[in-house]
Amino acid sequence: MYIALAFVMMARAIAEAAVMRLQQALALDGGFLSEAHYAELFSTHGTIMIFFVAMPFVTGLINIVVPLQIGARDVSFPLLNSISLALTAVGAALMMVSLVIGDFSTGGWTGYPPYTGIVFSPGEGPDYWIWAITLSSVGTTLTGINFAVTIYKERAPGMSFMRMPMFTWTALCSAILMIFALPPITAACVMLALDRYLDFHFFTSDLGGNMMNFANLFWLFGHPEVYLLILPAFGVFSEVIATFSGKRLYGYASLVAATMCIAVLSFTVWVHHFFTMGGSPYLNAVFGAATMTIAIPTGVKIYDWMATMYRGRIRLTVPMVYALGFMMLFVIGGLTGIQLANPTISYQVHNTLFLVAHFHNMLVPGVLFGMLAGYTYWFPKVFGFRLEDRWGYVAAYGWILGFMLVFFPLYVVGLLGMTRRTYDYTTAAFQPWMIVSAVGAGVVLFAFAALVIQLVRSIQGRSALADTTGDPWDGRSLEWSIPSPPPAWNFAVLPEVKDRDDFTRQKEGGAAWNPAAQYDDVELPRNRAVGVIVFLTGTLLGFALVWHVWWMAAAMLAMIVALVIWIGFQGISTETVSAARVYSVDCDFLARKRAALGKSAASGVNTVDPVGRARA
Amino acid sequence: MSRTTTIGNMTGFDGMVFGARRAFLHWSSQLRPIGGAGARHAAGLATATLASALLFGACPALAQDLTFLDPAGPIARSELDHFWRIALISSVAVLPVLLLLPLIVWRYRAGGKGAFRPNWDYSRQLEITMWGVPIVIVAILSVQLVRNTLELDPYRPLASDVPPLQVDVVALNWKWLFLLPEYGIASVDSLTIPVDRPVEFRLTSDSTMQSFMVPALAGQIYVMPGMETRQNLLADRQGLFVGRNTQFNGPGFAGQSFALQVTDTAGFEGWVSRLRQDGPVMDEAAYALLATPGTAKDLSGMRWLALDSGGAFGFAAYPDGLFDRVRQRYMTQLPVGPAEQPGSPNYAPEGARQKDSQHD
Repeated sequence: MYIALAFVMMARAIAEAAVMRLQQALALDGGFLSEAHYAELFSTHGTIMIFFVAMPFVTGLINIVVPLQIGARDVSFPLLNSISLALTAVGAALMMVSLVIGDFSTGGWTGYPPYTGIVFSPGEGPDYWIWAITLSSVGTTLTGINFAVTIYKERAPGMSFMRMPMFTWTALCSAILMIFALPPITAACVMLALDRYLDFHFFTSDLGGNMMNFANLFWLFGHPEVYLLILPAFGVFSEVIATFSGKRLYGYASLVAATMCIAVLSFTVWVHHFFTMGGSPYLNAVFGAATMTIAIPTGVKIYDWMATMYRGRIRLTVPMVYALGFMMLFVIGGLTGIQLANPTISYQVHNTLFLVAHFHNMLVPGVLFGMLAGYTYWFPKVFGFRLEDRWGYVAAYGWILGFMLVFFPLYVVGLLGMTRRTYDYTTAAFQPWMIVSAVGAGVVLFAFAALVIQLVRSIQGRSALADTTGDPWDGRSLEWSIPSPPPAWNFAVLPEVKDRDDFTRQKEGGAAWNPAAQYDDVELPRNRAVGVIVFLTGTLLGFALVWHVWWMAAAMLAMIVALVIWIGFQGISTETVSAARVYSVDCDFLARKRAALGKSAASGVNTVDPVGRARA
Repeated sequence: MSRTTTIGNMTGFDGMVFGARRAFLHWSSQLRPIGGAGARHAAGLATATLASALLFGACPALAQDLTFLDPAGPIARSELDHFWRIALISSVAVLPVLLLLPLIVWRYRAGGKGAFRPNWDYSRQLEITMWGVPIVIVAILSVQLVRNTLELDPYRPLASDVPPLQVDVVALNWKWLFLLPEYGIASVDSLTIPVDRPVEFRLTSDSTMQSFMVPALAGQIYVMPGMETRQNLLADRQGLFVGRNTQFNGPGFAGQSFALQVTDTAGFEGWVSRLRQDGPVMDEAAYALLATPGTAKDLSGMRWLALDSGGAFGFAAYPDGLFDRVRQRYMTQLPVGPAEQPGSPNYAPEGARQKDSQHD
């Protein structure tokens, strides 16, 4: 669900980006967009890409993969999970409504006051921005709690922290970041709302307000946010590189340490987003040096992955193409990041397209390639058939080429002094670069189309692409030991973990795909309509607040409070799957598996009826 | 200033190549030493080699006097110097990835000849190198960062025999107002400063938050209502430079730039006396007009002293203590509502003036 949402929103945000690049290609003394329209485009593009593409994609992937990797039946709080999804969808819905009814904010994805305050932006635009982010950020905080508890409490027996797959480690760090980094943005948005609605003065120019407090709160969220997004992508690359090199992950302990270092350091660098505010040089020096420190664990990770490939047996599958493209491009973004960490350089390139190129260089090859690699890698696990390869390669190489064409020219014009967020310019020397960049945007659009074609082709050819074995890539972790798609209870019997790459150990030791000695009844959460109700009431609440429809806002708020109370009286509602059912499904899978492996069906099957023994 | 900035009489692709060559020659002839005298030549040579490779290979476009790639003062020159030096030092960690990764992928491809060690996952020496080299690089860079940051603090006055020229700047939507207290004159979207004399800007905003930057001379600094920031800079080359706001602040943002002319002392004095003789006196009503949202071009109907065809104006005098009053108006315990707030779409100058006179 999260990932489907992410793809829909991505289609809109990529289209917006292409329009902006086309505008700037034609914008020497003109172009075809008005300044206000351009400002809405860069504001919605940024807001959507961060909050409604990257976040849901990451959350969705963690949701699907982590329970399977740690040998759990589900996340700890399934109901909370559906409420979190509903709140994210509320934000996305408000973004979509703003396309049709009224105008969106022109204040960029960062929404700095006083520009977004009521005095300078009296319209409904910033209100759309505020409520879309406030409601979805609450959802993300709840998601973080859910994931962290799941990883702490639901691991299969024997899975110590240092036996967790790398993706699960990064998901844990990401969940911790969600818990601590999202509340500042919720608070900042609510404070800005109080300024706008109730004449408060947190961030106004007058009566003791201070706009830089917003900048501090925003980036206290904003900086951990980018690591929150990129760490799971690093996790995906760790899994993909180890699997397709046919090798144990090199430097596991180093990678865990590096991940934790990055998570902690991400809270210590936020001032680098406004070195130019005129603060003390000592302040800037401390935050500049802290920022560069992050390059150490990040560099270690890159070298760990190279060492994983070293003396491996590398299969250049589609996820692997994304991983290699990521490593080559990401180090270039890392270099410009080191440059930007220097206040003396930030003074020059802050707010220019050099900065825009830098963060896209981190987020596109980092987060987006990571998510697309993860999507391709785990797709067969979720749907039972692989994605078709040819259009997959087209999309992957298209993304890499398109990215380079779009953003390398932006580095250049940024150095030449071109400011971000300008809908037109007067310097003729910018234009050739902007034309190259617009061509690149066309390539990116094509790559996105290739992803859509790939999905359609794969669904059409799903019988040929079917994954009957549950293990299409010769995987190393537990999720590949169960059928694709997994049954509702994931694992017939919770596995006993003895090694970091436990499934590889099972396969090598002949322990894989053996029926369990004993099957038990499984309790599963019942499907409930709470999520849908939260989505509807939340969307109407946000809409009512944007348009000052007070009766509707009050009614929706009352309904949400009533819903919370009602849920409290409901208790936990589960349904039971009988051991016999679990047993028969598992036997089917194992029989198919054995047939595929060409083993004798009789060789390892228990002669005693395990269900019967369970009852005895 | 004219609508389109060109390089000489060239535009587009011709200008790119010409500008790059000029910038490189100019910059390389003024390379500043990196470390002690011993390291100077080696580091300078290496930086120049990398710079030329990057400039000619990757970024040959240049608009004249718009960018710090073609610096016209010591601060921008140091910043450019840092830029290349940090790129060079960081390459020690970056280049091995770019070179080794394709080699590894080729050598250890499935079906290739490379050895296969599926259980090799740790090497103490490799761990020490992987952590050690980045730590050393970052330590070196951090020492430089701290030194550079303290040295190029925009608040730090520049050493010079000549006392600095004081320029007070008020950011408006979408114009820059320059006040020269020493001479009593003011100008909008155009400023002339003498070469080789330090300039100290004091900046505040009578609108939203903005960011003030003249790339060829120094980096940017935020300009905020109710607050004062500073930027010290020095031009050591004459020419026409572009400065602008880089912080988005609404519909006129893209055009919010100004012309900065650097001339010899005689040229500067000529500019001052021209404003004094031919310029009108800026009164409160004129300031209220300037503070109304719009670009300077929107005011071209005014019979003020036009400084160029792009809507820049000069004034012989401005209201006493204007800069301090602008800054202080947000620090009183009185609200500044939309009607009194320059830059707001609901700004109503009449109301604002009445209110001002009440408080006076």
